[in-house]
Amino acid sequence: MRELTYTQALREALTEEMERDPNIILMGEDIGAYGGVFRVTEGLLARFGPERVRDTPISEAGFIGMGVGLAMTGKRPVPELMFMDFALVAADSIWNQAAKMRAMSGGRVKVPMVIRAQQGGGRGNGAQHSQSFEALFTHIPGFKVVLPATPADAKGLLKSALRDENPVMFIEHKLLYNTKGPVPDGEYTIPLGVADVKREGQDLTIVSYSRQLLFALEAAEALQREHGISAEVIDLRCTAPMDIETIVKSLRKTHRLLITHESHASCGVGAEIAMRVMETAFDELDAPIMRVAGLDVPIPVAKTLEDVVLPQPDAIVRGALKLMKE
Amino acid sequence: MSLPKDLLLSMYERMALIRAFEEACVQLYMEKEIRGSFHPCVGQEATAVGACFAINPDDYLTCTYRGHGACIAKGIDVNAAMAEMLGRRTGVSKGKGGSMHWADPSIGLLGENAIVAAGVPIAAGAALSAQLDRNGRVALTIFGDGAINQGAFHEALNMAQLWKLPLILLCENNLYAEMTPLAKSNPLEQVADRAKGYNMRAVVVDGNDVCAVYDAVREAARLARAGEGPTFIEARTYRLLGHMIGDSESYRTKEEVAAWRERDPIKRLRAHLAQAEGVTDAEFDAIHARVQQQIADAVKFARESPYPDPEEAYTDFWV
Repeated sequence: MRELTYTQALREALTEEMERDPNIILMGEDIGAYGGVFRVTEGLLARFGPERVRDTPISEAGFIGMGVGLAMTGKRPVPELMFMDFALVAADSIWNQAAKMRAMSGGRVKVPMVIRAQQGGGRGNGAQHSQSFEALFTHIPGFKVVLPATPADAKGLLKSALRDENPVMFIEHKLLYNTKGPVPDGEYTIPLGVADVKREGQDLTIVSYSRQLLFALEAAEALQREHGISAEVIDLRCTAPMDIETIVKSLRKTHRLLITHESHASCGVGAEIAMRVMETAFDELDAPIMRVAGLDVPIPVAKTLEDVVLPQPDAIVRGALKLMKE
Repeated sequence: MSLPKDLLLSMYERMALIRAFEEACVQLYMEKEIRGSFHPCVGQEATAVGACFAINPDDYLTCTYRGHGACIAKGIDVNAAMAEMLGRRTGVSKGKGGSMHWADPSIGLLGENAIVAAGVPIAAGAALSAQLDRNGRVALTIFGDGAINQGAFHEALNMAQLWKLPLILLCENNLYAEMTPLAKSNPLEQVADRAKGYNMRAVVVDGNDVCAVYDAVREAARLARAGEGPTFIEARTYRLLGHMIGDSESYRTKEEVAAWRERDPIKRLRAHLAQAEGVTDAEFDAIHARVQQQIADAVKFARESPYPDPEEAYTDFWV
């Protein structure tokens, strides 16, 4: 199978869907003439023109609010947050407007808008350019929340997001853009809200998503190689809707669960997964659920500090070894 | 006031309908049949009616939590609106939105909004949609003088002018942002000066003169449809009741309110119609009787409508 980078896969999804649906409108800061700071939208201005690939002022609240108006009047806007951290600038447009419009109107309007954003640390970008907000988006009802970890998933999930009738928060990771992976030729989509077993195993289940999924796979390799422990690795792919079934199915085999994400531990997605597993499959657990997540501090710049705040593969290995002793 | 008599009469009747709707709601609120928030627009009917009568049925509208007047002027079903006030499943938003969240895409109404200035970028988005589709529609957004100090307002004005969007920005300057007088919330000599910073056309009108509002919005719509971009309209008006029910109104004097009651937009239009068009008291009585009947019917409809079933807590949310 051909290999593409995560960036190329995203661009291919945007291109194919824009060809298919003339209502898709991209808008954001430096996405057109400059091609996007992470190059995802490179070449799309030339291909689709300035009406559909729109450079905006630095006005996240304004252009996402406009996205709501576009979506309510028949368009499929795809506003881009250059960094996820800027979602807080646009918080009203996102959470008071887009997320609630349909419910507040008793279902009379819909907001088919996909907000694309990249998030995460690991590059020394500091506390205002490294955050991960999937828990915020999962907590406040109204958005589907998608976090692809591989190029193939990035393409298939983005195509589904662009066809969804609901608001979708499509979350990329800044350190995934240059990763490469096999991407099928031809048309395919991946449904939103369905987890994927990325590695099969017998002894414990590791659940993750986004870039941390790659760390989980790396940890699983090390556990096998150095400790003879067979870890099953599940890529949640979406935190809303959240596919607990696939996790429970795995637990019926492994009976041990480790959840890892780079975002802050407190009230994070891991806490939610753990609770739902407790509610639905407590009897399957042979040990307390283990969480390996970001520390509850703003993300520092120095590598020696950032590597402590954001859990690295060795932290997952340590967590797994502890879990296996329970 | 040089508009045709028929138009003036229908605007008069709609203003009377809005007044009667709001007065009925005040009563129902005091009797605890309406719960939650309610921000009556009594006194501001000329702005709502003048503006919404000056655009087409398929033009877009966003307004605010004080937006009943605009929604009724745009043509919302009054029965469904009253049922929404009473939290019934026959309400315009099935009882889920209440007073501050009426929406009806069939009349171009993209929603009231409970967040100050949030409707402005949404209307700008609808205007962009119309521009992209080249369908000749315009978007009207109505907001208060409090909105002019919000970030979303400024961002939307900037982009609207930058892209020459077919957008009409109508500020209902009622002199108070909630309980704060205008002079204490911004340093401008007049609200319309906000537009200067965006190189945007701006006009000031007497918001209690329905014809002045109508003419200004009609011209703004003409320019917008001709590709001339947005217009900012400051309509000077006054809310004769408090910000919400139970407002102590300690921030203004009884004399000030009394002076504005003399400039009541409905009284003014009535005086003009009587004087210039020869409309008789009997004709006015007939209009008011129709309006009162319509409101009585709406209240009856709402009261006889069922509440939403508990299971509906999960519906009308995901598509």
